Amino acid sequence: MKVIYTDVLIIGGGLAGLRVATGVKERGHEAVVLSLVPPKRSHSAAAQGGMQASLANSAMGEGDNEDVHFEDTIKGSDWGADQRVARMFTHCAPKAIRELAHWGVPWSRVKRGDHQSIINAQKVTISEKDEAHGLITARDFGGTKKWRTCYTSDGTGHSMLYAMDNKAHEDRVEIHERLEAMALIHENGRCYGAVARNLMSGELVAYVSKATTIATGGYGRIYEVSTNAIICQGTGQALALESGVATLGNMEAIQFHPTAIVPVGILTTEGCRGDGGLLLDKDGYRFMPDYEPDKKELASRDVVSRRMTEHMRKGKGVKSRYGDHLWLDITILGREHIEKNLREVKEICENFLGIDPAEEWIPVRPTQHYSMGGIRTKHTGESQTLKGLYSCGEAACWDMHGFNRLGGNSVSETVVSGMLVAEYISDFLDSSDSDITIHTKNVEKFVKTEQAKLDKLLENEGGEDAYVLRRRMEKIMMEKVGIFRNGKDLKEAVDELEELLKRSKNIDVFRSKSRAANPALVNAYRTQKMIRVALTVAMGAYLREESRGAHSREDFPERNDEKWLKRTITSWPDTEQTLPTVTYEDIDISEMELPPGFRGYGKDMTIHNSATKEAQEKVDSIKAKMEAEGKDRFEIQEALMPFKDILPKKYQGKNERLTERLENE
Amino acid sequence: MSKDKAPRILKIDILRFDPHDPEDFPSMERFEIEESHGMTLFIALNDIREHHDNSLKYDFVCRAGICGSCSMLVNGRPTLACRTLTSKLDEHITLAPLPLFELIGDLSVYTGKWMRGLNEKLETWIHDKENELNVDKLEEKMEPELADEIYELDRCVECGCCVAGCGTIQMRPYFKGAVGLNKIARYHLDPRDKRSDEEYYELIGNEDGVFGCMTLLGCEDVCPKDLPLQSKIAYLRRMMLKTAVKN
Repeated sequence: MKVIYTDVLIIGGGLAGLRVATGVKERGHEAVVLSLVPPKRSHSAAAQGGMQASLANSAMGEGDNEDVHFEDTIKGSDWGADQRVARMFTHCAPKAIRELAHWGVPWSRVKRGDHQSIINAQKVTISEKDEAHGLITARDFGGTKKWRTCYTSDGTGHSMLYAMDNKAHEDRVEIHERLEAMALIHENGRCYGAVARNLMSGELVAYVSKATTIATGGYGRIYEVSTNAIICQGTGQALALESGVATLGNMEAIQFHPTAIVPVGILTTEGCRGDGGLLLDKDGYRFMPDYEPDKKELASRDVVSRRMTEHMRKGKGVKSRYGDHLWLDITILGREHIEKNLREVKEICENFLGIDPAEEWIPVRPTQHYSMGGIRTKHTGESQTLKGLYSCGEAACWDMHGFNRLGGNSVSETVVSGMLVAEYISDFLDSSDSDITIHTKNVEKFVKTEQAKLDKLLENEGGEDAYVLRRRMEKIMMEKVGIFRNGKDLKEAVDELEELLKRSKNIDVFRSKSRAANPALVNAYRTQKMIRVALTVAMGAYLREESRGAHSREDFPERNDEKWLKRTITSWPDTEQTLPTVTYEDIDISEMELPPGFRGYGKDMTIHNSATKEAQEKVDSIKAKMEAEGKDRFEIQEALMPFKDILPKKYQGKNERLTERLENE
Repeated sequence: MSKDKAPRILKIDILRFDPHDPEDFPSMERFEIEESHGMTLFIALNDIREHHDNSLKYDFVCRAGICGSCSMLVNGRPTLACRTLTSKLDEHITLAPLPLFELIGDLSVYTGKWMRGLNEKLETWIHDKENELNVDKLEEKMEPELADEIYELDRCVECGCCVAGCGTIQMRPYFKGAVGLNKIARYHLDPRDKRSDEEYYELIGNEDGVFGCMTLLGCEDVCPKDLPLQSKIAYLRRMMLKTAVKN
């Protein structure tokens, strides 16, 4: 048995995983990153539009700060988010972006003077101040009060990931590429690393560590069409689930992005609409103002996706051989703007559609894009139930997005959660709690179990074809666990997936029998894991009898704070179970800085919780009293919901802005 | 492909080889598949794997022309397979792995390992020992045009096409390639990187660096991101000569 010991095992080499690695290195701990692909190829690279951070440098961002960013994030989440976590996040986002600037990201900058922009289909002139010249600029994104989304053209994720991976090179982080974690090693509620498989040689290796971090991104590929990279298969969530101890949170919270191209589902960034692009129907009519007169194309993603679907159901979609779609019109932005700020979009249109988006409209429709749910953790990133297991980024549910994530908040989350979780892990490593006490005999057991599973797949004869099961799962998720959901379809989805799960125990890897690099074997074991993850999504959606954020039930159209202001927690305690175990975790209104209210889209259908009114009155009276006493926004915030003391010390400081200068020490 | 005509049957010849199997030797294998509307090589290869031969090895990640994983020789020319539409190709297509890189099997090569080595050698990160960052303070300013220029060079996806298309590297295995030289041009442009011209000279002022380039410029022809490799190599050469003369 090959065993590799390290302080921190990090599974996943995207932005979140790499940021954890450099963070623990800085604190003097060793780290090994396992990555399916070379880290620079991770899905983080595909984030086009930008990263939210309330720098308030540009004219349209003036007046922005952590408070505004916090409020946008909580409303966006439809009050599903953990408000303390959202506070930690909005407080640290400016720090994370400045750190990345220091490490080499060529953020687009503010240019002084007048320049033309398109807002609500009108040309407007925006004047940038002299003193802001050369600071990081921002663009508009959906669901935000201010222009807050910082960017590098439309290759933001690419630039961030390259800077981050280069930083990891500099810090000599050990990165083991083309390695796949197969199972967590754990004992008595404590995680000690993972069994990993080398995807080139097929060798199984035991990585034994004091702390283990899962940063493997989302699970979009359980759907037939997704904007996600093909490696976003939910294997990280499956690892946690299959431990039988760790839990998952809000798996049913799935985001559909309004503008992926048809049919292949590749994303065109929200920056298209942020910069002034419009959505048009088959008659070339701009329909969003009819549904959302206030935010129009820039309503929150869940809202725009639903409105588009509604509009297509009214027969207003463009017919195509791949089903109905709508148009995204960015021709009004002009060629110069497109070629400078939306060039990735232009390349995608040219290469995959054969059109020039400066001349022609882009065929788009809402497509699976983001997983708000994931491995349920505390605010420290540590699993609530499996000690020593951490998770961050899209893989986790710590939970800052609730039931809908704002555009630009996800790449931001990767680096912010990475830098914070690195500190919490380091604190854990500095304590004696982190000692490795597992016997090698027990480590070996985990390796043998994985070996036996692989042997069974390769030796089985006359069993099931993994591709057939997987395609069926993808179809079920598309058709029955989509944008609009209902009890009947969801029940069918759960039943059918359960049947697929049973069949998946009898998968046979036919013809391709190699134990080394073998795509058929990989597909076989990943299909088994994916079906399990799909079941947690379908089951959570079936049981949640309300509509909140991206989870929209036609049979329960109202957000029900009385019954459903809680997180769905899923686990799989017994491997023989054919359905996940589902429990709930209440969200306490009395602890909220921003008690539940109306998001401001469509008609208010909220069934309010009886505690909401009291909580709102309490918040209002504290605010009124303190404002009368002349207290500043920081003091008022502190009184409403303190969070600074749970932040690592080094990140507690206030953020400087042009209008909020810090005293020079 | 017009709607009325019967779909073409593509004849795709793929160079197969499993270096892990001592019995195996390289051979071409033909697969015939029906072309579909908007088919890319990503879709075609997945079709082959799912319906013809599930052992076929290749690498796709983003399948959107962003991550640089899927470079291969398409009819002898290095390019990103994921964004190659079959409608733009003849019905007879030849696919082979990218040369020069470690072969994992069939069309899968280990470009990542080569790029890692390159990045470590050229230290492709910001060198700044003087400025301690205070994350609370306003960021350092940068001219907007300069940020755009740096981004222009930062767009490289390390796909390896320029290396596969390079004449020099056939003779000088340690040649840094256009990918490496472009990275140096990028950091040289970046005021946050405090390395001196002399330090850059140490890295590329030799025949494995900018003086090795024979100016065949296959790199620029095949770069899927249209990076200005020719002008950047010429620029670096002038700069390195100046540095050499000065010292």
